[in-house]
Amino acid sequence: MGEHTVASFDEELGQISKLIRDMGDLAGSMVSGSTKALLTSDNALAQRVVSDDTIMDARQRELDDRAITLIAKRQPMANDLRAVVGSIRMAGDLERIGDLAKNIAKRVGTVGLSVTPRDLSHSIDAMAQLVLIQVQGVVEEYAAADAAALAKLRNDDERIDVKYTSVFRELLTYMMEDPRNITACTHLLFCAKNLERIGDHVTNIAENAYYVLTGQQLPANRPKQDETAMATSA
Amino acid sequence: MNIMTEQTLENAVGDKMNAKSNEVIKMRGDKVGVFYGEKQALFDVNLDVRQNQVTALIGPSGCGKSTFLRCLNRMNDTIDSARVTGKITLDEDDIYDKNIDVVELRARVGMVFQKPNPFPKSIYENVAYGPRIHGLAKRKSDMDQIVESSLKKAAIWNEVKDRLQEPGTGLSGGQQQRLCIARAIAVSPEVILMDEPCSALDPIATARVEELIDELRQNYTIVIVTHSMQQAARVSQRTAMFHLGYLVEEGATDKMFTNPDDKRTQDYITGRFG
Repeated sequence: MGEHTVASFDEELGQISKLIRDMGDLAGSMVSGSTKALLTSDNALAQRVVSDDTIMDARQRELDDRAITLIAKRQPMANDLRAVVGSIRMAGDLERIGDLAKNIAKRVGTVGLSVTPRDLSHSIDAMAQLVLIQVQGVVEEYAAADAAALAKLRNDDERIDVKYTSVFRELLTYMMEDPRNITACTHLLFCAKNLERIGDHVTNIAENAYYVLTGQQLPANRPKQDETAMATSA
Repeated sequence: MNIMTEQTLENAVGDKMNAKSNEVIKMRGDKVGVFYGEKQALFDVNLDVRQNQVTALIGPSGCGKSTFLRCLNRMNDTIDSARVTGKITLDEDDIYDKNIDVVELRARVGMVFQKPNPFPKSIYENVAYGPRIHGLAKRKSDMDQIVESSLKKAAIWNEVKDRLQEPGTGLSGGQQQRLCIARAIAVSPEVILMDEPCSALDPIATARVEELIDELRQNYTIVIVTHSMQQAARVSQRTAMFHLGYLVEEGATDKMFTNPDDKRTQDYITGRFG
């Protein structure tokens, strides 16, 4: 893509895309930090994730301001317009990922105090790894402008959904085995749900990024498997 | 359930597309070329103008958009060195045919220019002039009727109805331009060509003219040349992009300004032209 006749237009677009990258990196480190804190009962790390959320919120507000100002000043068209509007929406999803990571981090103290979470949280660890790969991937693929990879990444969310279903069943089993596990497992269940929601925000980001890059919307339906509803009725 | 909904959606979209392809082509340019002496200004332009739609012609200066516009009512005939090749039809009649009466053609395909150019006559006479030379009104009352309805259609009646005998040149720029639009409408044209009609107007007058263009679309077919990308995006349903005498891309305005196919269009509308 060539440069704009007005050089400061390029600068302003560059600042917005840098903010998206920063927010993406921060989201990645918050997700990895919160799950690590959860699995190792690391309260200090959990506190850092909680305070990172303030930075995330500030970045989002800065991005909103810059995007609105750019629209007012430059009236962007075509790919520029898609990039600016897409950034506003992606920033919203990244901010939500930050919130969800913060929620996980907030539970660290509570889960740590009750029965040994180590054995119980094993499958959550695997799920968190899948989510982390997705969060880091979506930012990288957008920066690399790889639309095909983004379409694939969006479909990969299915793996998280499947994993979530199995975590759900597993935690349910622990609770039935020994009622003393109920408190810890309930907290872990919320954490698992938060991770699953993070996955959904990643798919939103992938869809937006795909649209920004290609001008085309991905098809509305994607493979979806959340069988927890069935599992409860069973 | 999901599959059915999507199927229905696809059908609906398909129907809409079919309806679009059925739209009437009011004017058609077929391999239109224009030479000014030795110099070729326009190359092989194939462009359809659809009835009751606004078609915007965009592109950098010297790209041929005004040249093409002027071909549509043979304004290029007034330039001695200009020569037009290819074929342009109005309702499937070749407008460059020997049997075509150019005066009648220009009544059917009216024009509004960049700078408002009212005649140095009264507001009434500005509008009445065309109908008079075309013999459209037999009695004074008929003419009064034409003048009033034209001024109303051009959304300027309320501002001038009490001073119809004052000179048209005494109006503000925006009013003058709407007076010129009323003058074009007075001879009941089918197509109205507008060559940067708002470039000499302030934002409020521009908004009035744009609003007017949208209303006029119900009864007329409009082709507009504009340098304002936002204006093209606001007022038109179809947009054609010209560059160096070639038609680069033509399509639905919504798509042209969000996701154009051609890189030159993209570069031009996003402000990246070298």
